[in-house]
Amino acid sequence: MAATSATAAFPVSMTAPPETKTRRQPNPPAQQQAAGQWQDWLFERTTLFFAVFVLATLLFILLALGYAAIPAFDKFGFAFFTTNVWNPVKSEFGALAPIYGTLVTSLIALMIGVPVSFGIALFLTEMCPAALKRPLGTAVELLAAIPSIIYGMWGLFVFAPIFGDYIQPALTRIFGDLWILGPLFQGAPNGIGMLSAGVILSIMIIPFVASVMRDVFEIVPPVLKESAYGIGCTTWEVVWNVVLPYTKVGVIGGIMLGLGRALGETMAVTFVIGNAYRINASLFAPGNSIASALANEFNEAADPVHRASLIALGLVLFVLTTIVLACSRLLIAQLAKGEGRNT
Amino acid sequence: MSNLYRRRLFFNRFNLVMSLGTMGFGMFFLLWILGILFYEGFTSLSPTLFTQTTPPPGSAGGLANAIYGSVMIVLVATFISTPIGILAGIYLAEFGRGKWVASATRFINDILLSAPSIVIGLFVYTVYVAQVGHFSGWAGSFALALIAIPVVVRTTENMLLLVPNSLREAAVALGAPMWKVIMMVTLKAVRGGVITGVLLAVARMSGETAPLLFTALNNQFWSADMNAPTANLPVVIFQFALSPYDDWKSLAWAGALLITLTVLIINILARTVFRQTQVR
Repeated sequence: MAATSATAAFPVSMTAPPETKTRRQPNPPAQQQAAGQWQDWLFERTTLFFAVFVLATLLFILLALGYAAIPAFDKFGFAFFTTNVWNPVKSEFGALAPIYGTLVTSLIALMIGVPVSFGIALFLTEMCPAALKRPLGTAVELLAAIPSIIYGMWGLFVFAPIFGDYIQPALTRIFGDLWILGPLFQGAPNGIGMLSAGVILSIMIIPFVASVMRDVFEIVPPVLKESAYGIGCTTWEVVWNVVLPYTKVGVIGGIMLGLGRALGETMAVTFVIGNAYRINASLFAPGNSIASALANEFNEAADPVHRASLIALGLVLFVLTTIVLACSRLLIAQLAKGEGRNT
Repeated sequence: MSNLYRRRLFFNRFNLVMSLGTMGFGMFFLLWILGILFYEGFTSLSPTLFTQTTPPPGSAGGLANAIYGSVMIVLVATFISTPIGILAGIYLAEFGRGKWVASATRFINDILLSAPSIVIGLFVYTVYVAQVGHFSGWAGSFALALIAIPVVVRTTENMLLLVPNSLREAAVALGAPMWKVIMMVTLKAVRGGVITGVLLAVARMSGETAPLLFTALNNQFWSADMNAPTANLPVVIFQFALSPYDDWKSLAWAGALLITLTVLIINILARTVFRQTQVR
């Protein structure tokens, strides 16, 4: 900590020692020194300006979207969030169906993505031979590098037909008769719908969640793990009873990061969700998420109220993801802070 | 062996095999997606892709205007976002230590890093496109720049924090003003890392579709005018992939292959050539 403040406190010039044998350069003339200080001031202010620019961006986005969404809130009031109607012809709009679709697809994504990410992080930190660690880690990160529109095309042309032909009928056979859960897995298995969107989203969030989990697993002090191994714990017991409790906060932060990503993902969802403003008990049914509604309709929306309603949807999405991502950052930062204290 | 011990061992092995399985799950989807993309993409690849413009429905053509538009939009966005991102990153790492502005900016920057890109597009639509009254390539560049800035800020700051303080102190002791210390010593020491950040931002921008839908839109013809709707690969792919025409679909796969190859190559370049984890 002492070292960080050293640069700021450093004097700009030093007075020359009274008498020295060695020849030295004279101090720069006063004019040049003054120029240096003035340039420094300007430079610091410039960097500060751009830092504040970044800081203000978030606020700008909220204000601009809020202002543009006013016609929708004026017309529908709070009912905008609670009604399930989307009728451009009659100019009646309610956000319930897209909000429901966004939440349901994201939840499906978490239910599949989180255990898989945990397994991958566990494999990479505890089991993987050292030589394979980097290539396999990079391969998982490549999943994040593939543009989301590629996931969409693959989802629509390749994944959805196979999913509808084989996986969905199987799910209906296994879960279709269950109490409560049953209706979720009934319906026409056409491959397109909320469940497919959720499954594709789960693959897309794996690299983000796995990379946070992997990072936080690696900060566990080796002494803790070694003591657990020392009293005869198996690898799984070490991970479950030592590593996971120690990194709990960071792991939750990673899951929140994945949730934030899933909520806002657009292109992949747009391709496979089916674009229907309906709230259906079945996960096989087509639906709509906020992002896919925007991508599908915004450019065709000529009616000002329609446009404002779509912007209001965007505002809802932005507020939602901002809250989730803020929680995620706070949790991860909290773990990083504790790191110094506990070791 | 006692019963309990055997059960623990079994439980351990079972879970580790499951863990191996999840790794396989991830790799399976990676290879499946890339495999399909390469197969469909390479079979639709042809030289006319780079020489002809996007065709009307039902006839053959290329993607020349979309490739040109994409390159221009991403280039302009890179020129906007790089200086802003680097300067803001310099503030966070060099001047802002311990100040609330810096911690707040860092926090907001991390949120913007994962903010939904479609909302960024919507934002640029409301503050720029709706005000000037027409879609344009510039608007697309602004939207992409907003997505790239957080990436550049983050890597610049992280890289500058790796520079040992003795380096700064040595430069200050020679009488250099702070701005010279930063521009000519610390920033220079982590040049590779900062370039990596910029490259990763370029990779991120090249694949983004959602923010371009409401900003750059699309243009069926060759147009070098950035102040008009500009054709770009992601939006062309989106429209062509969802069309009923086979010619268009095959062009969409070829375009998808092009952007994925670009993104993957930039990613690999950034990770290998400019890889920097410590100051040399």
